[in-house]
Amino acid sequence: MVKMKKIGVLAIQGAFREHRNTLEKLGVEVQEVRSRENLEGIQGLIIPGGESTAIGKQLEMNDFGETIVKMANEGVPVFGTCAGMILLSKRIDQSNQYSLGLMDTYVKRNAFGRQIASFEADIPIKGWEGKDLRAVFIRAPYVLEAGPQVKVLSEYSGKIIFVRQENLLASAFHPELTDDLRVHQFFLDIVDQYQK
Amino acid sequence: MAEIASWKVKTGLAEMLKGGVIMDVTTPEQAKIAEEAGACSVMALERVPADIRAAGGVARMADPTIIKKIMETVTIPVMAKARIGHFVEARILEALGVDYIDESEVLTPADDLFHIDKNGYKVPFVCGARNLGEALRRIGEGAAMIRTKGEPGTGNVVEAVRHMRTVMAEIRRLTTMPKEELMTAAKEMAAPYDLVQYVAEHGKLPVVNFAAGGIATPADAALMMQLGCDGIFVGSGIFKSSDPAKRAKAIVLATTHYNDPDMLAKLSEELGEAMPGLEISAIAPADRMQERGW
Repeated sequence: MVKMKKIGVLAIQGAFREHRNTLEKLGVEVQEVRSRENLEGIQGLIIPGGESTAIGKQLEMNDFGETIVKMANEGVPVFGTCAGMILLSKRIDQSNQYSLGLMDTYVKRNAFGRQIASFEADIPIKGWEGKDLRAVFIRAPYVLEAGPQVKVLSEYSGKIIFVRQENLLASAFHPELTDDLRVHQFFLDIVDQYQK
Repeated sequence: MAEIASWKVKTGLAEMLKGGVIMDVTTPEQAKIAEEAGACSVMALERVPADIRAAGGVARMADPTIIKKIMETVTIPVMAKARIGHFVEARILEALGVDYIDESEVLTPADDLFHIDKNGYKVPFVCGARNLGEALRRIGEGAAMIRTKGEPGTGNVVEAVRHMRTVMAEIRRLTTMPKEELMTAAKEMAAPYDLVQYVAEHGKLPVVNFAAGGIATPADAALMMQLGCDGIFVGSGIFKSSDPAKRAKAIVLATTHYNDPDMLAKLSEELGEAMPGLEISAIAPADRMQERGW
């Protein structure tokens, strides 16, 4: 029997249940990650949307974040959505909050504005066939600058909102809030590539 | 075309707050302490519920200056309270650009019959409820998030527990009902039929459900999470205690690790004095905030 993939979802705060539901629809075993010990045995990690400062405070404690950085540097794929994109970024505009600093990106928080400016829109993804992706942006960040190893997968009104750097993936929007499974499948394909 | 203020966007922000703690704050300094402690949002107020209770008289929307200062100070979402039925206070809060409006029984109601038509706003609303019918009426009016009412400003968790248990029991009851009984259930609860059908089918509310009203310790927060809520509001419990920064952080961690008794034991140590509590029976029925709302 083929062994089921096991993906961790960081469950400190935020929309981790929605990521769990989406992954389970794709036939993946999900491990909720609340401490360093829960990182054992996972082949990939998702950092959900939520409040990046609230999540960062707990990653700072007990070598939790350090362990994630080490795993990512060893090739374990990590996917951050919204707050997750901020936490993966090397530099954050006008903030000295904690981040994992894994991706060579410079991000701006609440970049589209406060909740009143939150929106949904159809966006094209580079290299994908089929219909555009319905994307939900909630007090969303975007990428101001991306380093040379960072591949831009999508832009919306001139702003970078979906990026990949080797085993790392980050979106400014929330694929866990819509029924379209393609973004999670795309991440699972990256996990497969790094299994070999 | 970008679509703003959609139901998905309104309920989506509440989804992002889950597993977190929303703290009442009255100054930018308190807001900073809350953010540093790991709060996922703050509620900007002129007075915390315990002080509103003590002051008596009519409690209204906060001065916009306070709300604006708090919005400038923190990067996390800022909520603010409007009186029940006071749709102009709500429009003012929308104009200020707050991230969520709490149509709240903590303030003195402005209308003794009707709540605000919350569908007509770009800003999402959270409302209190003591039972499933009340929760579904508020959602029917457009609330994108629900919280238990509890009894605000008491530091006594018993009412929050009662309201959460009531909502959960009523949800469970609907899921086992044959379809032909749902219309009568809707009639008895005075709840919109389509929302009753949704709950019967999905076994949950169509929006996020937080606990509020009387939470004062890490153990209280974990208790509410174990009873099935999605996150925690703490009103007077933090800034009426002797060491707000430490207690705030402990309540945040207890909300994440609500199922880990060893961790909860550590978090409960040396927090200093909790806020002074109030026995519910000592509050005259007319002074109970939870009775406000229709």
